Order: sequence, then C-alpha cells, then structure tokens
Amino acid sequence: MINTGDILETISMIENEHLDIRTITMGISLLDCADSDVDSACSKVYEKITRLAKDLVKTGEEIEMQYGIPIINKRIAVTPISMLVASSGGDPIKYALALEKAAKAVGVNFIGGYSALVQKGFANGDEALINSIPEALSVTDRICSSVNIGSTKAGINMDAVKLMGTIIKKSAELTADRDCVGASKLVVLCNAPDDNPFMAGAFHGAGEAECVINVGVSGPGVVRSALSKIPDADITQIADTVKKTAFKITRMGQLVAGEASKRLNVPFGIVDLSLVPTPAVGDSVAHILEEMGLEQCGAHGTTACLALLNDAVKKGGVMASSHVGGLSGAFIPVSEDAGMIDAARSGCLKIEKLEAMTAVCSVGLDMIVVPGDTSEEVLAAIIADEAAIGMINSKTTAVRLIPAIGKKVGEEINFGGLFGKGPVMPLNTSSPAKFINRGGRIPAPLNSLKN
Amino acid sequence: MKAVVTVVGKDTVGILAKVSSVCAENGMNVEEVSQTILQDMFCMIMLVEAKGENTDFAKFSGTLKSEGEKMGLVIHTMHADVFDSMHHI
Repeated sequence: MINTGDILETISMIENEHLDIRTITMGISLLDCADSDVDSACSKVYEKITRLAKDLVKTGEEIEMQYGIPIINKRIAVTPISMLVASSGGDPIKYALALEKAAKAVGVNFIGGYSALVQKGFANGDEALINSIPEALSVTDRICSSVNIGSTKAGINMDAVKLMGTIIKKSAELTADRDCVGASKLVVLCNAPDDNPFMAGAFHGAGEAECVINVGVSGPGVVRSALSKIPDADITQIADTVKKTAFKITRMGQLVAGEASKRLNVPFGIVDLSLVPTPAVGDSVAHILEEMGLEQCGAHGTTACLALLNDAVKKGGVMASSHVGGLSGAFIPVSEDAGMIDAARSGCLKIEKLEAMTAVCSVGLDMIVVPGDTSEEVLAAIIADEAAIGMINSKTTAVRLIPAIGKKVGEEINFGGLFGKGPVMPLNTSSPAKFINRGGRIPAPLNSLKN
Repeated sequence: MKAVVTVVGKDTVGILAKVSSVCAENGMNVEEVSQTILQDMFCMIMLVEAKGENTDFAKFSGTLKSEGEKMGLVIHTMHADVFDSMHHI
C-alpha cells in the first residue's frame, strides 16, 4: 500500500497549503484562419476555437473531480492576431470581439494571443493591432494582450518600446472607471516564450503544433510550509528541500497534463514549472523568502534568496516532467501576492529592488500599480530597462504596470479575485524623454566575453 | 481504477460501517484499511478499487463527502495515481 505519510502529506498540501493546478491552457494555431476578408477570418476563428476547445472546461472539471486536485483556470492561447491582421487588414477590434465571443461560448475565463511580435520591426498588421489594444481591452473582459519588443537575438525595438508606453497609459485611461483593469491584461515582453500557459503573456507561437495542451502548476504555500519545518537548516538544506518539493508539485502537473491530453486527444505540450502566488493568505512567494530569514521581502538579501528559490524550483521540476517550457520559475506579481502587498505598503519593497529581483527570477515587473500621472516616457523607459535585463541575460522579462488613473502614491487599487490589490508605488520621475524619443533599435548583444 | 479515501474526525459509532457501505453501494471494493485513533480523533486511510466498468467516481466522492459532513468527518477521495506519481520516481 502507499505510504501513509505520503498520503497525508499530499492531502495537507491540497487542503491547507493551496496546492493546485493553476491553469490548463489549450494552444490553438489560427494560421489557417487567415483570410483577405476580415469578417470571414473572424468567423473562421470563432468556428475553430469553439470546435477544438468545446470540451476543454468540461474535461478540466472531470479531472478535477476524479483526481481530487483543484484546477483553477481553463484557458486558451492562440496565434498572435497580428499575423491574421497582416493578411486581412481591416479593424483588428473585430478579431477581439470574435475571440471574446468564442471564449464565452466555451466557458474559459481568459483567452491570450491578442498579440504582436515586433522585436526587430513592425510588419503589416503589427502597428494596427498594437494601436487597437486599449480599445480591445476595454470592450472585452476575457482577452489578454501581449507585445514582444525585444529578444537576445534581435535586440530591442525602441520604436515599439516608446509606443507601448503610450498604449499602457491609454489602456488604463479607457478603463479608469473599472480600476484601470485594461492595463492588467496587457504585458510587454522581451524573449517571450511561444508556449507560455500563463496570462497575460500567453500566445501560441508560430512554431508550435496545431493544437497542444500546456499546464501551469502552482504551490508557493507548499514550499513555504516545507521550509517552516526546518527552521534552523543551512542554505544547502533549504535548496534541497525546495528541489524535492518542486519535484512533487510538478509531478502532479505532469499527471494532469498527460490525462488532459489523453482525454481531449490533443498532444501534450509542456509543463510550466512555476511558483505562482495568489492574494490568498498562505499562497505567497514573498513569504517563502521571509521564511528563509528575511524580516520582510525587499530587504537586502532578497535577490539572493529569490535566485536560490528560482534555481531550485527548476532543478526539482525538470526531472518531474517530460517536457518543460513556458516561463518556468518563481513569479513576483506585486498585487497578487499577500507578502509583496504588505512589503510594498510598508515601503520595504521598492521598484528598484523589484527590478533587481527580475534579473534572477522568471517574468519581470508584474502587476505593479504606479501613479496615474506617470508620463508615457517614464513607462517606456521602465520597459526598456526591463527588456535590457532580459536581452543581456538571455531570459524572459516582462512589464505589466497599471497606471492608477486619478490616484497618487499611498492610495490603493483593488481588482478583486486573482488580480488582487496593491498600493500605488512611487517611481523615479526624472525624465528619460529624449532617450525614448530617439527611436531606432538597440543592437543584439554579444554572447561571449561575459562579464 | 484505484482511489484513496481518507477519513478524519471525532470518533463515533459506525464510521467504518458508513464509509464501507457507501463504497459497496458504488461498486468500490475495499482492498486495504489502516486506521488509528489519536486521543479521540479517528483517522482512517482506505484503498478502494472500482470493480464495475461504469463506476461514477464523481458521485462516489460526492456521497462520501456529504455523508461525512453529516457525521462531522472530513472525507477526502483521490485517485491513487496522484500519490504514485508524486511520491515514486
């Protein structure tokens, strides 16, 4: 029989420590929906998504029930819509409405892929799509949008960086009456992965198969609880404990991914080895860092603790899954993490420290509420800084900032649900306008002579 | 398929009888039982296997949960594969 201790450990992880499968995301290629007529392309998009994903939510719920594992989100990622706009022309908002309708029809809570990849330059369709993002995010509820503006191989497209500063601001302004929620569904990436199951950056890359199942796991509470059982351990033991815990968490993700892929008759893509917090107490990445011995997240030592955590999660997870991909690592979204919210409120966690943390963990400056009067150039410059970290270190970085229109430092914004709440964080307001307005491209970096 | 049923709660008369009758009604064969009483808390772990082809696992797990609540017990039912994949390489 299975060991009693193992059984009780697994049940405690799920019941008390918020272990869950964060998302089953179906990636769907829409390349064959391209059409020279925008309306006809939209109806093909709707038909294809509702055909392939019709059983996604039902299957997710069945697995949840049968295995006793909570599966929080069922989602869809599609081919970047700018590729369809390139051949159809016309108003990109029509695609947004078709995707929204399809998402509602199949019952998923988010659909990602209202995206453009412009790391080296704008092709036909890219600028039209990007300029339509603020409106698309304000007239829909379930669409997530992402724009890749840089990569290690291509450098950084500074024209796109500048444009995205404006787009983020506009997305917040158009949804100012709804806590600026538009900006929370928009992420600007460098080195965007093609197979990421997590929103808002999920899209189905052009090199992906026709239809795949990607799974993202979660379990910061489990890691914290494991560490709390070894209060006096040295760092080597801490790293080992994180590895072992990550292995177990990921095995569960692999099991669910395999089962979902079998039942839906869709190939398994990847498991994203991630520690994803939620605003719930006991589900925080910041609290893991504090468990390692920091008074509060943001203190000196935070970057080192996060580097250790991120690396150990990957080492443990890699062996547990047959294919690993996506963003894989610890996420640090400020408004979605109870410990980060507290640290930002108390002033211990500042944006400069967050930027340093993004150099050693997955993703980047995520879900950070900034003053509503922040200039577009400052927003763009934050994107440029973050993309530079990703480009030089050959890793994914992302920026998801929410300018809180009409609010100042110290006030708060509350999105509710998984997006959480957060205080408006102060920014350095010295002007980078001349740098941002120059335009052009930052050349791709050298990959040798590393210092 | 095999499932692991865990039952935790205050010890009262008839827990084992109730849980095993729900198993029988749903066509689940009880393969192994291990139980302990810590102070007056009752803890039981049961390995069960579906005998029929058409066992409705969702119904089985739902019935156990609601019957457990009536008796003040927390009953958890999980597919045995979860434990196998998590704890064995």
